[in-house]
Amino acid sequence: MAVKKFISGNFYDEAVLFPAVKKVRRAGYKIHDVYTPFAIHGLDKAMGLRDTSLHTAGFIYAITGTATAVGFITWALTVDWQLNFGGKPFFSLPAWIPITFELTVLFSSIGMVLTFCYLCQLAPFVKKDHFNLRSTDDTFVMVLECTDKTNEAEAMSFLQSIGASETQVQYKETGWWLGRYDKNTRRFERKDLSGAGEPVHL
Amino acid sequence: MSLLRYESQVRPPLVEGDKDYHQVTEDICRPVEARPTKAWWIGFLISVAVLAFGILSVTMEVIYGTGQWNLHKTVGWGWDITNFVWWIGIGHAGTLISAILLLFRQGWRTGVNRAAEAMTIFAVICAGQFPIWHMGRVWNAFFVLPYPNTRGPLWVNFNSPLLWDVFAISTYFTVSLLFWYSGLIPDLATLRDRARKKWRKLFYGIAALGWTGSTKHWQRHEALSLVLAGLSTPLVLSVHTIVSFDFATSVVPGWHTTIFPPYFVAGAIFSGFAMVQTLLVITRKVLGLEEYITIEHIDVMNKVIVLTGSIVGIAYLTELFMAWYSAVEYENFAFFENRLNLNSPYGWSYWIMMGCNVLSPQIFWFRKMRRSLILTFFMSILINIGMWFERFVIIVTSVYRDYLPSAWATYYTPTIWEVGFYMGTFGLFFTCYFLFSKFFPVIALAEIKHILKRSGEHYKEKMDELEEESTEEFVEKHGHDHGA
Repeated sequence: MAVKKFISGNFYDEAVLFPAVKKVRRAGYKIHDVYTPFAIHGLDKAMGLRDTSLHTAGFIYAITGTATAVGFITWALTVDWQLNFGGKPFFSLPAWIPITFELTVLFSSIGMVLTFCYLCQLAPFVKKDHFNLRSTDDTFVMVLECTDKTNEAEAMSFLQSIGASETQVQYKETGWWLGRYDKNTRRFERKDLSGAGEPVHL
Repeated sequence: MSLLRYESQVRPPLVEGDKDYHQVTEDICRPVEARPTKAWWIGFLISVAVLAFGILSVTMEVIYGTGQWNLHKTVGWGWDITNFVWWIGIGHAGTLISAILLLFRQGWRTGVNRAAEAMTIFAVICAGQFPIWHMGRVWNAFFVLPYPNTRGPLWVNFNSPLLWDVFAISTYFTVSLLFWYSGLIPDLATLRDRARKKWRKLFYGIAALGWTGSTKHWQRHEALSLVLAGLSTPLVLSVHTIVSFDFATSVVPGWHTTIFPPYFVAGAIFSGFAMVQTLLVITRKVLGLEEYITIEHIDVMNKVIVLTGSIVGIAYLTELFMAWYSAVEYENFAFFENRLNLNSPYGWSYWIMMGCNVLSPQIFWFRKMRRSLILTFFMSILINIGMWFERFVIIVTSVYRDYLPSAWATYYTPTIWEVGFYMGTFGLFFTCYFLFSKFFPVIALAEIKHILKRSGEHYKEKMDELEEESTEEFVEKHGHDHGA
C-alpha cells in the first residue's frame, strides 16, 4: 500500500468550521474528509458531497418485502394448499395486509442497515484510522490530502489562518480503512457559496 | 457569537449548566467508565434473583404443562396474555419517543430516547415470553413459522390475527433493535476512543464497528435514522393494532368492537410513558444526569400521560355507550354486569382500572404536580397498575362468564407459578436495564451535542443578551457588508 501525506487541522466550533471548509475548497486544496463528533447538517453540502441514495435502496427493499409477502401468501393459500377458512375466498387480500405491511417494514429496515454498514464499511473487528481520537469527543478534524505540489508549511498556516487550532502532518497507508470519497465529491462551483448549509449571515 | 442555531427563548433549556462538548462526553461517559456502585450491585442482584424465580416458574410449567396455571374452560387466557399485552404496550413509548418525536422534530427527545429505546427492546423480549410459553409444548414453537414441512407442506393460517401477531412482534423487535443499535454506534465509538483498559478497548472496539465520524458516514447515518423513524412510526401503530385484533376479530362480547385499535395504541403509549418515568426518575438520580434529563423532560412526558390517559378515558366511555346503543343483550351483560357492577365478582378490577387510568392522571393538568418528582414516580407506578388491570378486565371479565351459564361458577385466581412467571419478566427486564445502564451510555451523546448550542442553558443565556440589543445595535456589532 502506498503511503500518503495528510494535513489535519483541529476545530472546536462548527461556526468556524463551516466557513473554513468553503475557504479551503476555494483555495483549491483537496479535503480528504472532515471527522465530527456528531452530525452537522449542511456540512456534506458545504464539502460538495453528493446526496446519499440510501433512501432509494430502502424503497427497493420495501417493495421487495411487499412482493415477497403478497406473492408467497397468494401461492401458499391459493395454489399450493387451498384451505377453506369459513367459506371465505382463497384469495383474501384484505386479511393479508397486516403481514404484507410487516414484511415491507422488515425487509426495508434490515436491508437499509446492512447497506449502511456495507457503504460505511462497518463491521465487528474492523479497525479504521480517523486521525484524531478526540474527533469522537469534541473536536472537528479537517484532513487535507497532500499532492506532489502541496507546500505543507503553506497549507498548515492557511489552515491556521482560517481558524484551525492545531495542525499536523500525518502519514497514512492508504486503503479502504481511510475511506475514499473522490467519486462522491463534486468539484467546487461558485454556486456552492449560496447553497444549502450556508451559515446564516447577519 | 454564532446564530447558526437559533431557538425561541420561550422554550426552556434542555441541557442545564455551563457545558461544552467535552463536558457532555465526560458527564455521560462517567457512569459507564466508573466502577459499579453498591446500589447498582444490590439492584442488579435483586433483579437476577427475581429472574431466577421466574425461570423456576417457567420450568414448572414446561415440566407439568399449562395445568400449573389456573387457566380453565372459559378463562383460557388469563395472566399470561394480560402480561403479554401489558409488556408490549410498555414498549410502545420507546418507539414513540425515538421515532415519532424525531419526525415531529421534538428536541427534548434527545435526553430520553436512548433509555426509552432500550426499554422498548427489553419490554418486547419480556412480552414475547408469554405467548411462547403459553403454547405448552414450547419445543414445537417453530410451528408458527411458515417453513416447508413434511405435513404437506401445510402452511400457517395467514388470515389469523394470531399469526399476524407473530409477524408484528418479531418485526417490531428486529426493527427496534436495529434502530437502537444504529443510533448507538457513534456513542460506542466515543467510548472506544476514550478507553484505557484493554478489555474496554476490545469490547467497544468490536461494538463500535469501526465508526470514524466521517462526514459522509454521518450523512448516511442521518438518512438511515430518518427512514427508520419513518418506518417505525406506522410499525408501532400496526403492532398494537394487530394485538387488539387478537380480541377485536372474535365474537366474544366485550372484545368484538371496532374501537380497539386506536384505544389499544393510546393505552400502550400511556403505560409506556409511565414506565419511562419510573425508569428515568431513578436513572437521572442514581447516575447524576439531572442536567440532561431535566424537570422539563419529566414535565413534557407528564403532559403526554395526561393526554393519552384522557384518550383512554374517552375510549372506555365510548365502549360503554356502544354497548348500550347496540342493544345486544350479551354486550350489555359484559359491560354493565361483568365490569361496571361493583357487586359482580370482577367489578372491583374495572373500578381499579377507571381510578388509576382515567381519574388519577388528571392531576397532571397542574404544572406544579407535573414537576414533582415524587408524585411523578408514584403516579407512574399507579398508571402501570391501572393499565395492567385494563388488560385483565378486557380478557378475564369477557370470558369468565361466557355464553354458557353452566360454565360460570369458576372464579379465576392465578397460581404461584403464574405470578412467578410475571415477576420473572420483571427480573429479566431490570437485569437487562441494569446491564444496559452499566455498559452503554444511557443518553444519546451525539444527539445531545447536536442540540447543545441551540438548547443548552448556557448558550440560551448568551442569546438572551443578543435579543436585548436593538436591531441597529445588533447589525452594527454582528453585521457585515453583503452588498458592494
